[in-house]
Amino acid sequence: MKVRLGLLLLVVLSFPLSAQQNPRSPIPDPQSPLEVPYRQFTLANGLNVILHQDRSAPVVAVNMWYHVGSANERPGRTGFAHLFEHLMFEGSGHVKEGEFDTLLESAGGDNNGSTENDRTNYIIDVPANALELALFLESDRMGYLLDTMSPDRVNGQRDVVKNERRQSYENRPYGMAGLALDEMLWPEGHPYHWPTIGSMEDLTAASYEDVVAFFKKYYVPNNASLVIAGDIDLDRAQALVQKWFGEIPRGAAVEPVAPPAAVLTSVKRHILTDRVELPRLYLGWLTPRIYAPADASLDVVSYILARGKNSRLYKRLVYDTQMAQEVFAVQQGTALGGSFLIVATARPGTQMADIQKVIDEEIDRMRREPPEERELQRAKNQIEASFYRQMERVGGFRGKAEQLNAYFDFAGGDPDYFAEDLARYTSLSASDIRAAVLQWLPADRRVELVVEPEKKQ
Amino acid sequence: MLLWVAVGFAQDRPDRSRPPALGPAPQLNLPPIQKRMLSNGLPVWVIETHKVPLVQANLVVFAGSGDDPAGKFGVGSMTASMLDEGAGSRSALEIADAFEFLGANLTTGSNFDASVVRMNVPVPRLGDALPLMADVALRPTFPQQDLDRLRQERLTALLQARDDPQAIAPRAFQRIVYGATHRYGTSAQGTEGTLKALTSGDVRAFHDSFYQPSNATIVLVGDIRTDDVVPMLEQSFGGWKNVGPVRRVTVPTAPQLTQGQIYLVDKPGAAQSVIQIGWVGVPRSTPDYYRIQVTNTILGGSFSSRLNQNLREEHGYAYGARSVFDMRMSAGPFIAAAGVQTDKTADALREFFKELNAIRATAVSDAELTRAKNYIALGLPGQFETSGDLSQQIEDLIVYKLSDDYYQRYVPEIQKVTAADLLKTAATYIQPAKFAVVIVGDRKVIEAGIRALNLEPVRVMTVDEALGS
Repeated sequence: MKVRLGLLLLVVLSFPLSAQQNPRSPIPDPQSPLEVPYRQFTLANGLNVILHQDRSAPVVAVNMWYHVGSANERPGRTGFAHLFEHLMFEGSGHVKEGEFDTLLESAGGDNNGSTENDRTNYIIDVPANALELALFLESDRMGYLLDTMSPDRVNGQRDVVKNERRQSYENRPYGMAGLALDEMLWPEGHPYHWPTIGSMEDLTAASYEDVVAFFKKYYVPNNASLVIAGDIDLDRAQALVQKWFGEIPRGAAVEPVAPPAAVLTSVKRHILTDRVELPRLYLGWLTPRIYAPADASLDVVSYILARGKNSRLYKRLVYDTQMAQEVFAVQQGTALGGSFLIVATARPGTQMADIQKVIDEEIDRMRREPPEERELQRAKNQIEASFYRQMERVGGFRGKAEQLNAYFDFAGGDPDYFAEDLARYTSLSASDIRAAVLQWLPADRRVELVVEPEKKQ
Repeated sequence: MLLWVAVGFAQDRPDRSRPPALGPAPQLNLPPIQKRMLSNGLPVWVIETHKVPLVQANLVVFAGSGDDPAGKFGVGSMTASMLDEGAGSRSALEIADAFEFLGANLTTGSNFDASVVRMNVPVPRLGDALPLMADVALRPTFPQQDLDRLRQERLTALLQARDDPQAIAPRAFQRIVYGATHRYGTSAQGTEGTLKALTSGDVRAFHDSFYQPSNATIVLVGDIRTDDVVPMLEQSFGGWKNVGPVRRVTVPTAPQLTQGQIYLVDKPGAAQSVIQIGWVGVPRSTPDYYRIQVTNTILGGSFSSRLNQNLREEHGYAYGARSVFDMRMSAGPFIAAAGVQTDKTADALREFFKELNAIRATAVSDAELTRAKNYIALGLPGQFETSGDLSQQIEDLIVYKLSDDYYQRYVPEIQKVTAADLLKTAATYIQPAKFAVVIVGDRKVIEAGIRALNLEPVRVMTVDEALGS
């Protein structure tokens, strides 16, 4: 079932590949199957376009990124970028309400979208014969969305988004913790301080006039990037992009969001109650942005701490002592900075303080000594193989089209950053891992959030 | 690029008065399935794709939760979960380390109809990984301490299910539709009582009875050559011996519901009410398979379906609404479901029943019928994109004994379905007056409104009753 998600957490996709000789690499002699050749050009109106041909299945992925997300919102209108995303599916100048979906379904296609802090993406996956239909629909909402926009349409999706907030946050166990965590990690006024889903009050306040202004400011071709990947003829695809998008006028340049760097200067503690049976601990640190050097080191730290039965926290907390039901760690690199999270849920009868003590001991051990060679290599091998798995799909939220746009937007402008991304991981030494823990996971500058069960009546 | 820009300024506006015409739809072009057999009779199905240096290897065993003996619900599922918790000469930790070091993903699991060991591994490491996979599937050791650990994990998960209306609703629904004794009335993992009673002897007996080469098939998909991999499989799986006849359990067809009933599970303070509506559906072998798929796509199987359009787009009561026929070897449930905002629960129920009644009252339009058929048929190639996708489509052929040309015949079978077929199908399989309704929500806010609808007698169910004992 298609949903249109406001993703709260941008979970980093590890996407490295093997390009150098590494005798213990799982794929020792790649025949360059991971190269992603592309053609890139810019229309006169500023639309960036990236084409990639992969004829292994008769499908095409059309992946549009607008460089706008919840970080571009202002206090009082949180959740607006995501509400706006919903409106993009409701019809445009030459597409009646409902037709966006019915036309694509009639062609055997699927579509979706998601909003994060720094970008909003729109995905259309179609059989190869429906490429032009997808470009017609995608260009029509870029060029003519406001022709049929109305206060009624805004009200309709406002109700849907409020139900998305109820379903995905308020009515979900621990669902409000992520929102509280972001408020603690990022200072007041920083654009990551507020949640992508927004507050109910701000969703209520969002107006038709806001929609018009937001569209004119951000949904311009010069603030977007289009990837078409799959079973395409490059010249024909380029001509079709020109045909359908070329007429759309360029807009004013969009100023990048540039808040002062966020720092934590102490330990911030908070307790939240929820209708849950078991307490859960969240530890959070502010860390480097996506694709910054330490971003990869911290990714590997998350593997060594909490990926697989032999990872240090899983083994101690879940496997050996069984103090915890689960433990999880992630480096979330986003455009304006990153965060590292460790999350553990206590078993009945376990004190959260005891779990926290184990976590602190293990982080401390990583500060004192580098990981064992096998631990590091195991993580690298898993990461390398996971990269190849990503290469099998062109569309959806995890396919090559999405990754090309992500590299283009966040990795310095080169869509085929795959080999460089791999090198970030394969080049890591055990001492790099220790250095990252020392620098970025200090004991005295972090967030400690505990979700406690509500007292039973 | 400069030339290109110049052309851009000169262009005419495209004709947007109608959507561009579609060319002929691409056909699904499946690489052939190559069938072999090992010396012990284990069938091997290989599909060569030459795209990415990965191979997917899935061992399918014909036994699942449907084969759980009475009183031991959960044993099939626990057996599958225990496979990689100690096998051959390795402990659970050593197994995990070995697979991860190879860059291999190994998962073990089961549903009501089958158990599967799935491995995705870089092709150069297949030779190292297959013997490990064989240990896991063929020679699990079922250590007591690991069984106790998984048991505790599952009991804790059951405790956590109480937190979540989305977890409570399906458990309540299956309990009401199938009852406590029918296997489909209890989740695959079993209840607190059956989990606590499970022994390593039970798990070993399940493995001994069903994990035999005469009761399994192995599927390989990826950048491999059949002639290369069959000898490797022979080495790892060829020595696997049958130990006796396999007697699968036939899950009986559950008696159909005969009158409507509404059950309310209280979840004080809930921001939404989670609704599930339905009854006993059909088995995977139903002769009406294609007609049911088209009917359900129109009712609640796509974004443009009637339930989603009504509850989400027209009324804004929900983030989404859908329906599904869950087809198994015996008749699984038909379920229409949504999470709806608490203060609109009764309104949403009324709209659910309006759509459930409408699909059986009036023939669908040509446009709606064509759209649904095309959505299913033309979207088929997208279901075969990765080696993982492909291997799981092949698993369906194997588990449900579909013909080898099933996917070639799929599109014409779907396109054959008529509006008259749908009316007949809906009349048979969608009878709202006899449906069970489960609502997990804030009782003090929603009960009066639900009772005022005068749909059915309203009963209250506790979370304990929903989860079973």
